[in-house]
Amino acid sequence: MIPATHILAVGAALFCLGLFALLSRRNAVAVFMGIELMLNAANLNFVAFNQARPEALDGQVAAVFVIMLAAAEFAVALALILSLHQMFHCVHLDEADEMKG
Amino acid sequence: MEWVDTHLWTIPLMPLLGVLVHIFLGGTLGKKLVGILACLLVFISFGLSVVVLLRLLELPAEERHLLDNFLPWIRVGAFSADWAFRADTLSAVMLLVVTGVGFLIHVYSTGYMHDDPKYIRFFAYLNLFTFSMLVLVLASNVFLMFIGWEGVGLCSYLLIGFWFHDLNNATAGMKAFIVNRVGDWSFLCGVLLLFWSLGKYTGTYTVDFYEINRLAPELPAGIALAVGLLLFGGAAGKSAQIPLYVWLPDAMAGPTPVSALIHAATMVTAGVYMIARFSGLYLSAPDAMMVVATVGALTALFSATIALAQNDIKKVLAYSTVSQLGYMFLGVGVGAFSAGIFHLMTHAFFKGLLFLGAGSVIHGLHGEQDLRRMGALKSKMPWTWLTFMAAWLAIAGFPGLSGFFSKDEILWQAFSSEHGHWALWLVGFIAAGLTAFYMTRLVVMTFYGESRWPEHAHPHESPRNMTVPLAVLAVLCVIGGYVGVPAILHGANYFEHWMEPAVTWAAGHGGAEAAEHAAELGSHGLEALLMAASVGVALLGIGIGWWMYSRRRDIPEAAFQRWPNLYRWVLNKYYVDELYQWLVVDNLLRLTRLSGRFDLAVIDGAVNGSAWLTERVSAISGWIDNTFVDGAVNGVAEVTRAAGGRLRLIQTGRVQQYLTFAAAMVAIGVAGIILWPSIQPWLAELWSGAI
Repeated sequence: MIPATHILAVGAALFCLGLFALLSRRNAVAVFMGIELMLNAANLNFVAFNQARPEALDGQVAAVFVIMLAAAEFAVALALILSLHQMFHCVHLDEADEMKG
Repeated sequence: MEWVDTHLWTIPLMPLLGVLVHIFLGGTLGKKLVGILACLLVFISFGLSVVVLLRLLELPAEERHLLDNFLPWIRVGAFSADWAFRADTLSAVMLLVVTGVGFLIHVYSTGYMHDDPKYIRFFAYLNLFTFSMLVLVLASNVFLMFIGWEGVGLCSYLLIGFWFHDLNNATAGMKAFIVNRVGDWSFLCGVLLLFWSLGKYTGTYTVDFYEINRLAPELPAGIALAVGLLLFGGAAGKSAQIPLYVWLPDAMAGPTPVSALIHAATMVTAGVYMIARFSGLYLSAPDAMMVVATVGALTALFSATIALAQNDIKKVLAYSTVSQLGYMFLGVGVGAFSAGIFHLMTHAFFKGLLFLGAGSVIHGLHGEQDLRRMGALKSKMPWTWLTFMAAWLAIAGFPGLSGFFSKDEILWQAFSSEHGHWALWLVGFIAAGLTAFYMTRLVVMTFYGESRWPEHAHPHESPRNMTVPLAVLAVLCVIGGYVGVPAILHGANYFEHWMEPAVTWAAGHGGAEAAEHAAELGSHGLEALLMAASVGVALLGIGIGWWMYSRRRDIPEAAFQRWPNLYRWVLNKYYVDELYQWLVVDNLLRLTRLSGRFDLAVIDGAVNGSAWLTERVSAISGWIDNTFVDGAVNGVAEVTRAAGGRLRLIQTGRVQQYLTFAAAMVAIGVAGIILWPSIQPWLAELWSGAI
């Protein structure tokens, strides 16, 4: 049995990696990959905390729910990326700075 | 017929409707319809006046009095002055004259003004005049009469200056208006004094004519005299008596039908009518009546002498009108109100006809007004000539025609009435001879002798719509006098009995009582003698005039040669206009210029000074405003702008940067929460140490 702290450490590392990808990548697809990493880091936490109450299963159900949500979110994200490409003919986020003050 | 008791207002309504239609629809209706409508509406008024007459005839003599109070106007406490029309025997005569003669002159105008570009406006003015005149004669109180009084004055002004592109005509209009204003001022003062003193001495504030006449004897003699004189001042202005007669001859600048209607037949007689309306008041102020009679007699003589030497056909008639108005004032001034009004009526016939005939001559000669370029028009204008003959004999006092009866009645009353005097009679008598003389001169110079008009003039008879009114008036000239044949000629003097209810008042004798008084004073023999004398002087005037101007033209020429100064004086109307110019107008202008300079220097100076001060003060306040108030506002705005300028730099539009900030803030927050327990005691120590 792997102790929960190890899993939480992996999850935190994974979250930080995802956050770094989110903040640093120019390519929108890579940014979404970062988001996926962060979601899955959260999943790891859910699963890890489920160890405290193995009979309840609610942590695992939440993890499945998040996976499902990630799939739906990615569909929306792809649509956004496509319309981004239509407008700016590339998928670099720093090009899309129309909201500059 | 009783219908008319409460519908007197329909009589003035007709011409008023005409005014509105001509003004607002005249252009669409066209000249022809406007002319027809104007005549028709006045004719309806005439018809209604006849109905009023018939209605009055139905009533017993002393109840001949209709009062139609149809609209409240001024009501204060017990005092009231309403829109109320009164038809008594006096106003019925005036109604018939105004609408009857007015209708004929309207018809005549459709011919005379036919080619005038301002045809529609002319008829609008003419209808407006008829309306005002009807309000004047129907008014039951002084205020309402004053409205009509001013209305006819306005129309007179508008119509004298009708051809205003000639400056002389416009000036004549202004002269008429301004001279009338002097009279109106006097009239208004008289009315206000009367109103005030009636309230003070009788306790009744009233402006109703009947009430005033009834209460007048209770006034102190001095007040009654002052009121009478002030009112006569108004009458002298409107009816062109000395000293305010100067406007009437100049008023001939207007179109000839206007001269006939306004300046001969109706408006100028308003003063006589007004005096007759106030008969009760005047009977209680015998001295005022004496002034009226004297001024009337002197005017009659004075303007008759001016008429002797005038060469403009309309000027002769104008001075003749002034003279005849003097007769009317002589009549009412000696208490013979019915004789004055009788002469007013016959004068409306013959003087209206004379002016219309003169207009026909002028029309036929293409605008020529100078008697010296007329002559021998008898065969060229037979109808004009024939009708002119009737009017000439009537005004000259030829026995049997209308003017004879009325003039003779006035002369007899001037001699025999208790207010009369033989001197008044004598002045009137001489003026009658002069009248016959200058009218004969006019007739001979116009219709007889050799033709003095230029070859190319081709005088022609006027169209039918001008000659028919002439013919009707000529008939009236001949028969109009027979309503007042005096007792001495075995007549019933119907006119005098008819007028009696309107002019008989407690204070003195009016109407029949005066006649009785006269009968006591003078025998029938004396009256017959005086009548023979006036017939004699009339025939003498006619005879001399005829002989001199058709046979012996050298006599007047020789007289002019012999007394050139006298001739020049008369020709220039005794230089009265020049005297007024020098005495009144120039001084007024001087005063005006002086006050103009005062205005420029003092009043304008004060205004400009205060403006300068205001400007200075506001300049200072503006500087404060700009510097401090605006400075504060702009300062705030500048700070905000600078801050915004700095802050906008972080709004890069890059989503990832925003997220970076958010993540950093979360990280700092989390770090703060974790580290708080260890920082807090240190912070607390620092805090207490600081205090």
